[in-house]
Amino acid sequence: MSSHWHHFRVWRGDADGGELVDYPVEVNEGEVVLDIIHRLQQTEAQDLAVRWNCKAGKCGSCSAEINGRPRLMCMTRMSTFADDEVVTVTPLRTFPVIRDLVTDVGFNYVKAREVPSFEPPPGLAPGEYRMQQVDVERSQEFRKCIECYLCQNTCHVVRDHEENKPAFAGPRYLMRVAELEMHPLDVADRRSDVQDDLGLGYCNITKCCTEVCPEHIKITDNALIPMKERVVDRRFDPLVWLGDKIFRRTGS
Amino acid sequence: MGLAEVSTETGAGRAEIAARTLRTDRWWRLPLIQAVLLTVLLGYVVVRLFLRRDYFVAEYNYLTPLYSPCISTSCTPGSAHFGTIFGDLPVWIPLPIIVFPILLGFRGTCYYYRKAVYRSILQSPTACAVREPAARYSGESRFPFNLMNFHRYFFYLASLLLLINTYDAVLAFFPPGGFGFGLGSLILVANVVLLWGYTLSCHACRHIVGGKLKHFSRHPLRYAMWNRISGLNALHMQFAWASLVSVTLTDVYIMAVAAGWIADLRIVG
Ligand code: SF4
Ligand code: SF4
Ligand code: FES
Ligand code: FES
Repeated sequence: MSSHWHHFRVWRGDADGGELVDYPVEVNEGEVVLDIIHRLQQTEAQDLAVRWNCKAGKCGSCSAEINGRPRLMCMTRMSTFADDEVVTVTPLRTFPVIRDLVTDVGFNYVKAREVPSFEPPPGLAPGEYRMQQVDVERSQEFRKCIECYLCQNTCHVVRDHEENKPAFAGPRYLMRVAELEMHPLDVADRRSDVQDDLGLGYCNITKCCTEVCPEHIKITDNALIPMKERVVDRRFDPLVWLGDKIFRRTGS
Repeated sequence: MGLAEVSTETGAGRAEIAARTLRTDRWWRLPLIQAVLLTVLLGYVVVRLFLRRDYFVAEYNYLTPLYSPCISTSCTPGSAHFGTIFGDLPVWIPLPIIVFPILLGFRGTCYYYRKAVYRSILQSPTACAVREPAARYSGESRFPFNLMNFHRYFFYLASLLLLINTYDAVLAFFPPGGFGFGLGSLILVANVVLLWGYTLSCHACRHIVGGKLKHFSRHPLRYAMWNRISGLNALHMQFAWASLVSVTLTDVYIMAVAAGWIADLRIVG
């Protein structure tokens, strides 16, 4: 097994300030960035704070920014870097830092609670739900989400504009609304909420959420744009709006 | 815990990192190429609109898609396939005065071109995880960008125009004097095929055809169509560029033949 020394730069600090610290560190064949961070913890930086759980790309804990790109540390192979390339690891930029690579992702839990929950048809009790596979397929793509918040972190609406945080739920939770909108048994009309309360209009479909999603969910194409089209049905399409009024159409 | 406790002011508690981005790849390259391409192609089209000549080859029935339908009495004889609605237009009004706004509106509000323009022209953001220059941002939640929501109407109108373009491509096989075609006819057909690819793969089309349904199981036909359109939709960006380039090249070819710079390569007749 071959190994070499690599130049790492890791952001160390807390809310009061911090800096990039240089570390030379040994890298073995087949390792990922999280392995190297762990090696640093075992050697030169024993108090380095890092959050992780599964090391398998499934828990969504180890999100960070590696050479400026939001990634999962456990899914970023060292073999993707040249041996002499400096590897810079920083915490997620959009959320308040707690210490070193650990941020407070509470923003996302607040937003999660702002999404009105699933609303089954009246009179249908849990256990009586029957659905066809073709009708749930679309929302199943969104269920692959591991809540790593890389999309929330990368979205420029809040990443570059802290002041937009109260008005904007972020791609992950706009996708949650899409999941419910497309759910065959959900009877709520979410089109006004999503536009007025959750800030769908802030999204300019530039697809950075899709680019960073480790689950390869087509967030923009399959959730955000379809949601925008649904809002158009309600807000910007007088024909559809009139038809809905006259025929009192509800679920189709 | 309320949001107020999570984040209050600008930059609240974030890790202090001054660099605009720590990306080490050439993230500025693609937006730059896009900006150049969009400017060059749009610039060409605008110049072409005011030229008012060499847009029709009467001998072979070639009409450039940029001028179709030509509906003014100022149009070259024979080029007004659908009759004339307007009388003579002054020289400072381009002949495609109806067509161009529709095409510009369709492409300008297209979800893909929106992404391309926001990124490469408006730098909002230039690339992912690269801080955007603007101090404030409200996206498509307010005027003027909320007008992007009218994309659907441009889709309807542009589909009508495309039917006319398709008819023009057929006419290019029936020059005065009977059946016959040349390289120009084949170019017109290829262009129309790409335009159909672009139009059918539109996100609004995908929504109208079936995406808006809650229960696919109750609408098997629309579900099947939605599946097809979804397949095309994944290639929407490719169709957007291919059809933009093909419209331009088709126009260049027809201009070259009409101006007598080159002779059309006749295959039959
Ligand atoms: S597509 Fe919309 S939600 Fe996704 S990153 Fe871009 S602006 Fe944010
Ligand atoms: S949608 Fe993708 S990027 Fe966003 S939280 Fe879920 S898994 Fe992570
Ligand atoms: S440690 Fe679980 S996703 Fe990386
Ligand atoms: S989304 Fe591109 S044409 Fe409609």
